[in-house]
Amino acid sequence: MTSADLVPGRGASRRRARVERVVFLGPGIGYLIAFMAIPVLLILSLTIFKRGRFGGVVYQPTIENFIRAFDPIYLSVLGNSLVIASITTVLALALGYPTAYGIAKLAPKWRTIALIAVVLPFWTNFLIRTYAWIVLLNSEGPINKSLVGAGLIHQPLELLYTRGAVVAGLLYAYIPLMILPLYASIERLDPQLREAAANLGASPWRTFRDVTLPLTLPGAIIGSIFVFVPSMGNFIIPELLGGGKTVMVGNLIRDQFLKARDWPFGAVLALALIMFLVALFALQSWVTRRLNGGGRT
Amino acid sequence: MTRIGWLRLPLTLTYVFLYVPVVVLVIMSFNASKSPFSWGGVSTHWYAVLAGDQNVLKGLGNTLVVAAGATVLSVALGTLIAVGLQRHSNSSFLDSFALAPAIVPDIVLGIGLLVFLSLISVTLGLHSVLLAHVVFGMAFVAAVVRARLSQTDPSLEEASRDLGAGQVATFFRITVPSIMPAIIAGALLVFTLSLDEFVIAFFTDGPSTPTLPIVIYSMVRFGVTPEINALASLLMLVSFTAVLAAQRLTRLTDSV
Repeated sequence: MTSADLVPGRGASRRRARVERVVFLGPGIGYLIAFMAIPVLLILSLTIFKRGRFGGVVYQPTIENFIRAFDPIYLSVLGNSLVIASITTVLALALGYPTAYGIAKLAPKWRTIALIAVVLPFWTNFLIRTYAWIVLLNSEGPINKSLVGAGLIHQPLELLYTRGAVVAGLLYAYIPLMILPLYASIERLDPQLREAAANLGASPWRTFRDVTLPLTLPGAIIGSIFVFVPSMGNFIIPELLGGGKTVMVGNLIRDQFLKARDWPFGAVLALALIMFLVALFALQSWVTRRLNGGGRT
Repeated sequence: MTRIGWLRLPLTLTYVFLYVPVVVLVIMSFNASKSPFSWGGVSTHWYAVLAGDQNVLKGLGNTLVVAAGATVLSVALGTLIAVGLQRHSNSSFLDSFALAPAIVPDIVLGIGLLVFLSLISVTLGLHSVLLAHVVFGMAFVAAVVRARLSQTDPSLEEASRDLGAGQVATFFRITVPSIMPAIIAGALLVFTLSLDEFVIAFFTDGPSTPTLPIVIYSMVRFGVTPEINALASLLMLVSFTAVLAAQRLTRLTDSV
């Protein structure tokens, strides 16, 4: 039912409404079908075909790409990516939650400034942000220099080209995406609810656990998805900060498409990435529905 | 202010974490020393080197072409779709479809377009990067413009039509002016995103026309030089200015 349908009985206006819909929505939706939906569906359909001998695709259905994905080598890469993305997400949550909470408690004027300050580094080039960590963590970089200078260590530490460096880079790249949704859900929180809990004798911890936490959980989940998903698919940070020692799904996908030219297998790996995404969004909507359904009684 | 108590600690930690790398990078860009790590006095030497680097300048030119083109197309398509979704449709499927590009992992979109374009035998180059950037650019413009449209009164448009203005006149004289701040904010957003976008460009660009992020990628992979620090500082200056400008515009949007 569009608003035009409510206008009593004029076929002309209904027809006009349909024309308007096509004029406004047609170009954009058409564009997205051509350059987003078809390419993504194409990737999904490649998963069931054989690779060509010199790259490309042979259109014979097969399941060998899926079987190959269960090879221990690839499973370990998947597991590795999962671990790194999870550690990053947990750290982002641990640092992001109190930060978002703190921002929400600032005076309104400072709140805006604090929020802009969170987002600002996010808008600088992603490679530059990663590069900054190469400079920072290098054996001759400022961190090692000041540690040696302070006499805390004698030899520079191996900071760069480690898993820790990859996690630091990912955390740095995506933590604003954790703080913003968290802030949005904390800010919406009605302070009277917490006061009521306190008046009824709940300890601050109990108030947090039973009131604040459940109500801000949707924000925490959205933030976690926003951090986890791009961390999982990232191939630049593992390459530049992990020094090729840390291989993640993103690196595998890139290599299958650009180096090995095994599109079908690369497509299976991309599908794995998409499935994680879908699973996470399903989890998110399940939790949100549960909270909305059972949380208010 | 006193209410934040112990929360001061995580707040400080977060901002130190966010800004130390930025500050170090900017300081190092004025380093006279050849080594990107050790300090050799203040100098603008690396900015001069940067200004003479043909690869960087060509990359910058390519990026500006892509960003400008992608912005124009994204604004046109994104505004239309926003008005369409807000005023002429109530399909929640189309709502999510129009926002999907912001959620699809960039690596998936990148390889998808790479495969699609090579299957239909389109040679890769700046045009394909531009096409790809419009996919997410349109979604961002649509999101910003819709937020604004939901605050404007549709009765203005109805009044215009009742007074005999045609659809086209109403759109350009009533709808567009009332959402102008959102359109400009959306345009700035797309322009900045496109300037910085690497992953999708990496898959959809041709070898002879690297965009600036691709040039930076090969520089960073090749090694760390103070020249990259200078380039990084300049780029940060540009992005920061654009973001703050967009922020002011959205604030205008909110207050009107």
